Amino acid sequence: MTVSVSLEKITCTFAAKGGGSYTAVKDVDLSVADGEFVSVVGPTGCGKSTLLNVAAGLLKPSSGVTRIFGETLAGVNRRAGYMFQSEALMPWRSALANVTAGLEFRGEDWTAARAKGEDWLARVGLAGFGDRYPHQLSGGMRKRVSLAQMLILDPQILLMDEPFSALDVQTRSLMENELLELWSADRKSVIFITHDLEEAISLSDRVVVLSAGPATHPIGEYAIDLPRPRDVSEIRLTPAFIALHDKIWHAMKSEVLKGYQQTRNRTSA
Amino acid sequence: MKRKLWIWQCLLLVAIFAFWHVATHPELVPPFVWDNPDRAAFFFGEPVKIFKAIYVWFVGGEIYPHLWVTLQETALAFVIGSALGLGIGLWLGLTPFASALLDPYIKAANAMPRVVLAPIFMVWFGLGIWSKVALGVTLVFFIVFFNVYQGVKEVSPVVLNNATMLGATRRQLLRFVYLPSATSWVFSSLHTSVGMAFVGAVVGEYLGSAKGVGYLIHMAEGSFDINTVFAGILVLTVFALVLDFAVSFAERRLLVWRPTQGETQPL
Ligand SMILES: Nc1ncnc2c1ncn2[C@@H]1O[C@H](COP(=O)(O)OP(=O)(O)OP(=O)(O)O)[C@@H](O)[C@H]1O
Ligand SMILES: [Mg+2]
Repeated sequence: MTVSVSLEKITCTFAAKGGGSYTAVKDVDLSVADGEFVSVVGPTGCGKSTLLNVAAGLLKPSSGVTRIFGETLAGVNRRAGYMFQSEALMPWRSALANVTAGLEFRGEDWTAARAKGEDWLARVGLAGFGDRYPHQLSGGMRKRVSLAQMLILDPQILLMDEPFSALDVQTRSLMENELLELWSADRKSVIFITHDLEEAISLSDRVVVLSAGPATHPIGEYAIDLPRPRDVSEIRLTPAFIALHDKIWHAMKSEVLKGYQQTRNRTSA
Repeated sequence: MKRKLWIWQCLLLVAIFAFWHVATHPELVPPFVWDNPDRAAFFFGEPVKIFKAIYVWFVGGEIYPHLWVTLQETALAFVIGSALGLGIGLWLGLTPFASALLDPYIKAANAMPRVVLAPIFMVWFGLGIWSKVALGVTLVFFIVFFNVYQGVKEVSPVVLNNATMLGATRRQLLRFVYLPSATSWVFSSLHTSVGMAFVGAVVGEYLGSAKGVGYLIHMAEGSFDINTVFAGILVLTVFALVLDFAVSFAERRLLVWRPTQGETQPL
């Protein structure tokens, strides 16, 4: 079994305001097999986005190594697509131009890129919205444009940072099913960050639970052996799902409370 | 409401001119400040004569070459100043060392009153349009430069990271992220910079030239022809308003991607 992403002993220390430093994540080991769908859950502010930035090669860790298909990562991870937690579309480009941006960077032919872009917009349910600018789209629509923008490049590794948290419940299950379908068609490796444990379980092969910060590290890994193909809204009702949810939630609960408390203390301090 | 406001604005304009006319006309009001009844007209001109001068200019066609020269100078100063401001703003925004090195010089150059450069430009570029363009460029440059410089520093890091992950090289980041973002900052300073280009052109003409509306004003002043001076000022004012309208129009077309408030249409 080939390993697509492997984080080895990753530590990230940030300079804190007014001197001192803050170690967000410490000695994190995380590896994702080729074609595996891994979700990472953890309390807010624990360092999930930080880890994803390290895997993307956008953030150089203070120490530790990242390997992508066995090769040590230096610079940007060219095999990965990244869906950011916050707004990442170029506001001066229309939805279509945003979706085709990656193809343009590659120097692909414009008419072909345009056709592909229209196709991807349709696949995320935005046919006919191609000439809208980001500020003319709703938050959920912008997320879908981001998804198309990433998937059009057909990356081997998908890094997704709470991609669906802005969507309403119905659209969200539609998009989750869509994602699962796309993923099962040509098994990419996925690191999927979410704060929603149900979402994590219903999508993944494995769920990694992180401790509260500072010095965040994985405190548990749970294999999700639910049968595929799955329908995300139906699988939530099965006893196997509920049992897994109870088990993981039990392990997480104290960390979530701790994380919340620590964030509060940091802001009030 | 909007139409009513428009009517009131026109009425106010008429009232101003009416007051001007009455107050400067030798026979209409008894002189309360001046001993000589013609004094007021000497200092403030007479609207009727001013409009006559403007009428003669436009019907006789004498004004057009001058307007054309002023317009050319304004346009050239704006284009050259903006391009330089954009280029150098991008460059300094992206190279911290160069910007740290040049920072005091840029501050000094910006603090200096640029009008004093006009005689030097006249020596360098002669009395033709280029000395006025040069003066306008020094005014426009700094406005655009500071806007672009600030704009480059404020490009969203997430947008940059996203473009990087989509495979953009450094060159492509410059072209597809920094440049469009900086251009939007140029447009946000459009009104000010076009205004400055215009100021540069007129002041340059006023200080020494053989053509342009500023030159007309200067000539009239030399012969104490206050009515022609006011006529020139009025023409310049209307010209500036027209330029401003043109800028607003261009802005609306070019910045469609900008979020604006209250975009919904009333039914
Ligand atoms: N550039 C930075 N400088 C200083 N501190 C940082 C920086 N980036 C992140 N941090 C800190 O590191 C911690 C982890 O941040 P991160 O964004 O990874 O959290 P997260 O797990 O993604 O949270 P959320 O679920 O709310 O998105 C936070 O406490 C944050 O304040
Ligand atoms: Mg995050």
